[in-house]
Amino acid sequence: MYRSILIQVEDFSLDAALAELKMQSGLAGGLCFFTGAVRNSNLDEAVGGLYLEHYPGMTERQLDQIVDEAARRWTLHGAMVVHRIGHLKPGDNIVLVAVSASHRGEAFDACEMIMDYLKTNATFWKKESIPDGYRWVEARSSDEAKATAWDA
Amino acid sequence: MGRSEIEIVLEAPTTVGALKSMIKLPNGETLNAVSRTQSIMAAVDQEMVDDLAMVSVASEVAFFPPVTGG
Repeated sequence: MYRSILIQVEDFSLDAALAELKMQSGLAGGLCFFTGAVRNSNLDEAVGGLYLEHYPGMTERQLDQIVDEAARRWTLHGAMVVHRIGHLKPGDNIVLVAVSASHRGEAFDACEMIMDYLKTNATFWKKESIPDGYRWVEARSSDEAKATAWDA
Repeated sequence: MGRSEIEIVLEAPTTVGALKSMIKLPNGETLNAVSRTQSIMAAVDQEMVDDLAMVSVASEVAFFPPVTGG
């Protein structure tokens, strides 16, 4: 199974990711892509931008383990995760999860599980710029609930 | 928590929980006291652990708030 896990400052291209995944993972019938972008508001306040940090070494390994778990549950041809760090503006891409499988069901499910686990089980932190200054984003219990639902 | 890195010399292996009582923040509170009101996660040698996990004299230990990626 093809896999690619990247944590980077640079933006990524969906077209390039699609071409790479198709080339690397053989004739997969279903390819599912999720991209997260920076929102311009949070908790009723305008957000001017985000600063993202990670724990070098540990975060990459956690993403690798999350892909392992998806590959254990579904038969996948390939999986890609790209997560950006550093300063981002509203509208900028933050994260890409792309999965290829023989059929759409596996691709949809694996993509969603990887994304749900990534939100709660990978060491990334977000600081957002708001009109008064900045604040560290707090974890949401709804994200935790979505991730633990996969363990049921 | 206001600090990026500190070095603590341990004479013997201990637990993550015990280490939390040894670490004082700039305001004088121990990490253990803070963890009663705020959620603090821990990693030993880059693996997520709970308070009962062992810390050897050469471990890399990290304490951080709940994660917010994606």
